[in-house]
Amino acid sequence: MNSILSKNDISRIVDRIVYGIVEKCIPPKEIAFIGLRTRGEHIANRIKKKVEDITSLQIPSGIMDITLYRDDLNKLESNPVVKETLINFDIHNKIIILVDDVLNTGRTIRAALDQIMDFGRPKSVKLVVLIDRGGRELPIQADFTGKKIDPVSENKKIEVRLIEIDNDEGVFLS
Amino acid sequence: MRHLIDLESISKEDIIKILDTAKSFKEIFTRDVKKVPALRGKTVVNLFFEASTRTRNSFELAAKRLSADVLNFNVSSSSVSKGESLIDTAKTIEAMASDFIVIRHPSSGAAKMLSRHVKSAVINAGDGTHAHPTQALLDIFTMREKKLKIKNLHVAIVGDILHSRVARSNLWGLLKLGAKVTLVGPPTLVPRHFSKLGVEISYNMDKTIQEVDVVNMLRIQKERQDKNYFPSIMEYARSFGMNEKRMKIAKKDLLIMHPGPMNRDIEISSSIADGPNSVINEQVTNGVAVRMAVLYLLSGGDGKFEDPA
Repeated sequence: MNSILSKNDISRIVDRIVYGIVEKCIPPKEIAFIGLRTRGEHIANRIKKKVEDITSLQIPSGIMDITLYRDDLNKLESNPVVKETLINFDIHNKIIILVDDVLNTGRTIRAALDQIMDFGRPKSVKLVVLIDRGGRELPIQADFTGKKIDPVSENKKIEVRLIEIDNDEGVFLS
Repeated sequence: MRHLIDLESISKEDIIKILDTAKSFKEIFTRDVKKVPALRGKTVVNLFFEASTRTRNSFELAAKRLSADVLNFNVSSSSVSKGESLIDTAKTIEAMASDFIVIRHPSSGAAKMLSRHVKSAVINAGDGTHAHPTQALLDIFTMREKKLKIKNLHVAIVGDILHSRVARSNLWGLLKLGAKVTLVGPPTLVPRHFSKLGVEISYNMDKTIQEVDVVNMLRIQKERQDKNYFPSIMEYARSFGMNEKRMKIAKKDLLIMHPGPMNRDIEISSSIADGPNSVINEQVTNGVAVRMAVLYLLSGGDGKFEDPA
């Protein structure tokens, strides 16, 4: 198992993304975070806290499960248990910062965008990902990327571990 | 082929999976667009051989909120020989490329029989006195939401247990999840042999009401009086109805449920039905979420809902 990012790398990446967001998402009072279950949620929380520290604003955030919007529900062996989507703020006219751990085919993000539109009409949507592993099947790109790696074959697995839910922290290729 | 026929034949894990999924679906009701695309292109047929506006509407709304198409097929069961008409009707429905058949039928076992003859997923919406699994699931969902757990919860089911598919489905589900169940009613409607299933039997509502966390009041069928199951409606109300007097001796946080439609001031007083301990309207809301969860989970192919033997 190869290490792609260490705990410290992740921490530096989060800092860099935070400054990128504060610089590019104007005005900051319109920012709101949506983290995709499960690990996007935790990365979104870290970024949100730091953006709040810098801007001295309270920034709304939510959690999204995209299962019901997947394009392969008919093809799955079994239907996964749907986890709750919790968005307790009005997304109308917000700059939505969508956060996920790994960007691959782009299908998860397509599903998330469709779901966001069912909640209302945001001013814009920006995408943050920790790892871009290539392999896109849809025309979707991230606005803030932690680390872009050379496209790896589909049977390789990128494993993101975060201290909030895993025993350790880092990004690994297995 | 996977169906939902009764709670007796599905596992505790499957029941919990349905309840957890329903919790997520309930959130959808708070959105601007109360609809998700999960069952787009699927067809749900409501095949009702018995009049039921509430259950049918609930299934219809559940299917629509999942973006499925719905066909309501109401059949009069009186004219044709039942066995023949059921299978024939089912074949007709299958020819319309249905994915789900939701069936309500006056004969116990109708849903099970249907499931043997069709490719669609069959959901039992009440068959005779046998089972009404989605009603029990929504009752249990409501208890779990309010009391946070089912294990060791003490639940009384009060009324015509003998003829009630709601009572049967509730007790199977509740026992699987570790609740304590007491059946209450006159001896003619609460047969002793139910105690073999692992439930308590009580003929004394005043005593039981002091002990329980949840009371589920069943609708009393007025025609039962003609068959002398109890002396009079008023006597039934006095002996077993949920009223202000019993509320005073019950636990302060007693949860009061009713599957509807209610006979106000017979099995339940109006003031109790509309009071702070009643969750009767929430049961209706939860019914849609639970039925969405069942439709969604049956549309997958995990083989978890096994054909009951």
